[in-house]
Amino acid sequence: MRAKSKKKLGKIISYIILITIGILMCYPLIWMFFASFKTNAEIFAGVRLLPESFSFESFRYGWKGVGGNSYSIFFTNSFLLVVPTTILTVVSSALVAYGFARFEFRAKKILFTILLGTLMLPNAILIIPRYTIFRDFNVLDSYYPFYLMAAFACYPFFTYMLVQFIRGIPKELDEAAYIDGCGSFGILVRVLLPLLKPALFSAGLFQFLWTYNDYFNSLIYISSIKKYAVSLALRMTMDNEATTAWNSIMAMSCLVVLPVVVLFFLCQRYFIEGIATTGLKG
Amino acid sequence: MFPLKGMACIMKGSNLSKRNRVAYLYILPWLIGIVVFSVYPFFISFYYSLCDYNPLMSQHAFIGFDNYVKLFTKDSEFFKSLKATLLYTVYTVPSKLLMSLAIALMLNKARKGIGVLRTIYYLPSLFGGSIAVAVLWRIMFMDKGMVNNWLKALGIPTISFLGDPRFALPALSLLEVWQFGSSMVLFLAALKQVPNSLYEAAKIDGASSIKRFFSITLPGISPIIFFCIIMQTLNAMQNFTSAFVITKGGPLHSTYMLGVKLYNDGFKLYRMGYASATSWIIFSIVAVFTALLFLSSKYWVFYSDEN
Repeated sequence: MRAKSKKKLGKIISYIILITIGILMCYPLIWMFFASFKTNAEIFAGVRLLPESFSFESFRYGWKGVGGNSYSIFFTNSFLLVVPTTILTVVSSALVAYGFARFEFRAKKILFTILLGTLMLPNAILIIPRYTIFRDFNVLDSYYPFYLMAAFACYPFFTYMLVQFIRGIPKELDEAAYIDGCGSFGILVRVLLPLLKPALFSAGLFQFLWTYNDYFNSLIYISSIKKYAVSLALRMTMDNEATTAWNSIMAMSCLVVLPVVVLFFLCQRYFIEGIATTGLKG
Repeated sequence: MFPLKGMACIMKGSNLSKRNRVAYLYILPWLIGIVVFSVYPFFISFYYSLCDYNPLMSQHAFIGFDNYVKLFTKDSEFFKSLKATLLYTVYTVPSKLLMSLAIALMLNKARKGIGVLRTIYYLPSLFGGSIAVAVLWRIMFMDKGMVNNWLKALGIPTISFLGDPRFALPALSLLEVWQFGSSMVLFLAALKQVPNSLYEAAKIDGASSIKRFFSITLPGISPIIFFCIIMQTLNAMQNFTSAFVITKGGPLHSTYMLGVKLYNDGFKLYRMGYASATSWIIFSIVAVFTALLFLSSKYWVFYSDEN
């Protein structure tokens, strides 16, 4: 009996700890949400979470953006940047992963080791040469640096992830299709891709998020305000409004975060499984 | 079984190599990508680091190791930068690891509400290097921001987080640790993989729960711990967004991390040779650390198929 009640107590304590930490972790996000409805003075006055009245003025003011470039432009730009990048990444990674997972060819081992090695290659060391390469290609200040990297499978995480998934599919399926007269591309499209759908979807989700959230690469490749995606726009808004409209900045931050949160709640399963199976991003 | 045998016959000899030659076509995009966007940049960046390279003035003079000598002897920013980066790594990697492991262990034991809690813990890590949370952090930690308002309400003296060199780096580290969710999900998955039979056998042998943790749980998830240490160190050493947006490297260079220095030298002052030298320092530190960790791994990382 004693051991049992001790165990129960332990359980209650661990729940209390878990819930307290959970509340602390959510608090900044909830605070951000409500701060966007507050007046500027209210944001910096006291610990009250709820605004005195819900005003959408900060959203209206923030949406106007800077110098005639409103957030409708920035969100459109984000869309133009992120969607093609995501699609190209998924297509190229799937092709390359198929090549690595299902064929024997010379130098395969070395090439696959190189692929794994690039997982651990710091971006810091590549960024300056990549900048000069894209300058020589004449594609700076456009989204082509992102598109090109995606089309040429420069995101080894996804290739590796899909290789793992394809290896998990029994080879007998390929072989049956081969005997039925299916070519190698037919096997990929008709046999493997339908089975890979969840994995492709996970890869797409992560690439969508990382490209959408990315700040460093956009900062380096994009220079004209008309082409800013939301990440650059938000920074610009903040620098412009340094002392005045913090509530508008919070409002815009909320809107920038919103697609991420919505996507997460719609596709939670794919996120958790995607990480759990491949160990994406420690 | 039959199709397998049939395959072996069909695919023997020239047919096999012909079928496999197609593979190069599938990996072609990656082959081009790796050469143009990774291998070539890797080597050329080392060459740049030996040059006085300013792309605006198309200046391109080979100067040997001068950039490195200058970094270590003349640039007072560099050591502050190195210190900030290493401190940030030391602050964030172990605490993120311990936090995610502790929470994963507790969640693994809990039954009710695990889904909701897991979602809450995971949520912040979705924002990664997002600018929106960096902006949020800046507003929260301002002198009259939310955090200080809470300290005041609780009767604790307020702190100038972003103005005091002692507190700026911890405030940034907190943002990193806040995003422990993805490693926690990794640990949760790894904990589920540890075979239950081992625990039961140990219980029968009378092993205490602490003993069970150290001799079953910890070895069982050691590959994931290993993986997390490497990836988190890699990320922490290159941190840029939070330092650039929240504190702009200040106050007194206390958060002027190597990533920020690299950006300022390379893309603001266009001293790209000099910035490349900085990037090679980052790379060397990461490479040495990773190599040491790999060497040590045979003593503490256990892969289940080896048992």
